[in-house]
Amino acid sequence: MQNEWLYIGLFLVIATLIPVAALVTSWIVSPKKPNPIKQSTYECGMETVGENWVQFKAQYYIFALVFLVFDVETVFLFPWAVSLGRLSLFAVIEGIVFILILIAGLIYTWRKGMLEWA
Amino acid sequence: MNLWNDPVNFIAHWLTSLFVGWGMAGWLASLIIQLIGVIVLILLMMLFDIFLVWVERKVVARFQDRLGPNRVGPFGLIQPFADIIKLLIKEDITPDGADKVVYNLAPILSLMSVLLLWAIVPLAPVIFGVDLNVGALYIIAAGSIGTLSIIMAAWSSNNKYALIGAFRQVAVLVSFEIPMIATMLIPTILAGSMGMNEIVQGQQTVWYVVLAPIAAIIFMIAAIAELGRSPFDLNEAESEIVAGFHIEYTGMKFGLFYAGELLHAFTFGGFWAILFLGGYHFFGLENLGPLVAAVILFAKAMFGYWVIMWIRYTVMRMRIDHMLAFNWKFLTPVAFVLLMLTALMNTLLRGTPSGVYILGMFLTNVLLGWIIVEILRGYSRSERQKTQNVAPAAATAHH
Repeated sequence: MQNEWLYIGLFLVIATLIPVAALVTSWIVSPKKPNPIKQSTYECGMETVGENWVQFKAQYYIFALVFLVFDVETVFLFPWAVSLGRLSLFAVIEGIVFILILIAGLIYTWRKGMLEWA
Repeated sequence: MNLWNDPVNFIAHWLTSLFVGWGMAGWLASLIIQLIGVIVLILLMMLFDIFLVWVERKVVARFQDRLGPNRVGPFGLIQPFADIIKLLIKEDITPDGADKVVYNLAPILSLMSVLLLWAIVPLAPVIFGVDLNVGALYIIAAGSIGTLSIIMAAWSSNNKYALIGAFRQVAVLVSFEIPMIATMLIPTILAGSMGMNEIVQGQQTVWYVVLAPIAAIIFMIAAIAELGRSPFDLNEAESEIVAGFHIEYTGMKFGLFYAGELLHAFTFGGFWAILFLGGYHFFGLENLGPLVAAVILFAKAMFGYWVIMWIRYTVMRMRIDHMLAFNWKFLTPVAFVLLMLTALMNTLLRGTPSGVYILGMFLTNVLLGWIIVEILRGYSRSERQKTQNVAPAAATAHH
C-alpha cells in the first residue's frame, strides 16, 4: 500500500522533470534577443487598451457554484458504487434517494433560471 | 515465471538479485527498480506522444482530403522530430507584465497532469504501473491539475484573449466533469471496484459497452469536452480569441501544451477502452502473453483517439450557452437517471444467470435510450413550431 503511493510520488517527480528538461534544453539552444515590440501583449496589431485583468461574467461563477455541490456529492457516491454488489435492496434504494435529492437540487436551479446564459 | 509470461516482474527480479549481489540494501534496490520502471514508462509515453503528432497530422490531412506530412522520412514519419528541433531552437518570448513563475509553471503542469494518468493504466494483467484501489478518483484528481494549468497559463499571460479562453474552458471543464464522474460510477458498479485492473478483469466475459452503451457514449462526449476539442473547442476558438489560453506561449512552452493535449486525447481514448471496451481483452487473444495484451490495449486506445479525431474534424463548434445547456439540461440528468437505473437493475438481477443479466442490462439501456430520443423529438418539434410561427411575422415586417 505504501509502496503504491511511493510509486506515484516517483512518477510525480519524473513526470515533472521531463517537461522541465525540455524547457531547459530549449533555454540553452534558443536565441535570446528580446525587444519591447516583441514582448508586448499580443493584440491583433492594435495597442492594448486598459487593464488586462478584467471583470468577467458572473454566470461563470454561478456554474462553478452548481458544480461544487455536485462534485462533493458525487464523491460520496463512489463508496456506495464499490460496495453495491454486497448491499441489500434497501441500501441501494437509499443511495437512489440520495441521487434523487441531488436531481431535485438541479431541477430547483433550473426552475430558478440559474442555468440560463443571460 | 519467464520473460514471455511476465516480462516486467522477470526483469525486476533479475535486477533485484543483481543489485543485492552487489551488496546493495534491499529497500534501495527496490527503490531503484521502481525508479527505472517509472522512467521507462514515461519515456515510452513521450516517444508515443511524438508519434501521435504524426498520427494527428496525417489523419486531419486525410479528413480534409490532403496528403499530410510525406517528405521527411518514409510516410513523413521523421516529421515530428523535425518539429521538435524547430520548437527547441525557437526564441522563447515572455510577454510584458507576465507573472514569470506561474507563466513558466503552467506548461510543465499541463504535460505532467497527463503523464500522471499513465501511472494507473493497466497495459496487461501483469504490466501496470500501480493498481490503485481508488483508480477512478485518481483519474479525476490528476485531470484537475490540467484545469489548474490552463487557468494559470491564462491568468499569468496578461492577455485578455487568454483570460476569456480560460474562463470558457474552466466553465466547460467543471460542467462536463459531472456527467463524466457519473458515467465513471457505472463501470465501478459493474466491477465492484475502483481499481482499473479489476474493472478490466470484470470485462472478461462481456465488455461494459454492451452492459452500458449510453454511459460509454456520455463518457466519450464528456471526455471530448474535457479535452477542449471541437465541437467543444471554445477555449481556443481560433476565429474569435485566436488561440485562447496559450496565445502568449512560444517555442517549447507551446510545444509542451501541444504535446499535453495530444497525449491527453490518447489517454482518454485509453480510459474509454479500459472502462467500456474491455481494456486488454480481445476474445482470448490476450492469453497469448502480456505483450500481446499491451498491444491490444494500445490498439483500442488508438481507436478511441481516432473517434475523438473523427468527431473533432466533422462537427462544428458550439456556442457556450448551448454547450452548458447541453450539459446541465441533458447530459447530467441522463447520466444520473442511468446511474440509478444501473444500480437498481444490478441489484434486482443479482444471482441470475449471466445471459439474463447481460440481456436485462442491455434492454434497460435500450429502453432509456428510446425514451430519451422520444423526449428530444418532442422538444425539437415544439421548438420548430415556435420558429415556424415566428417566421411569417418576420417576413411581413421585412416588407
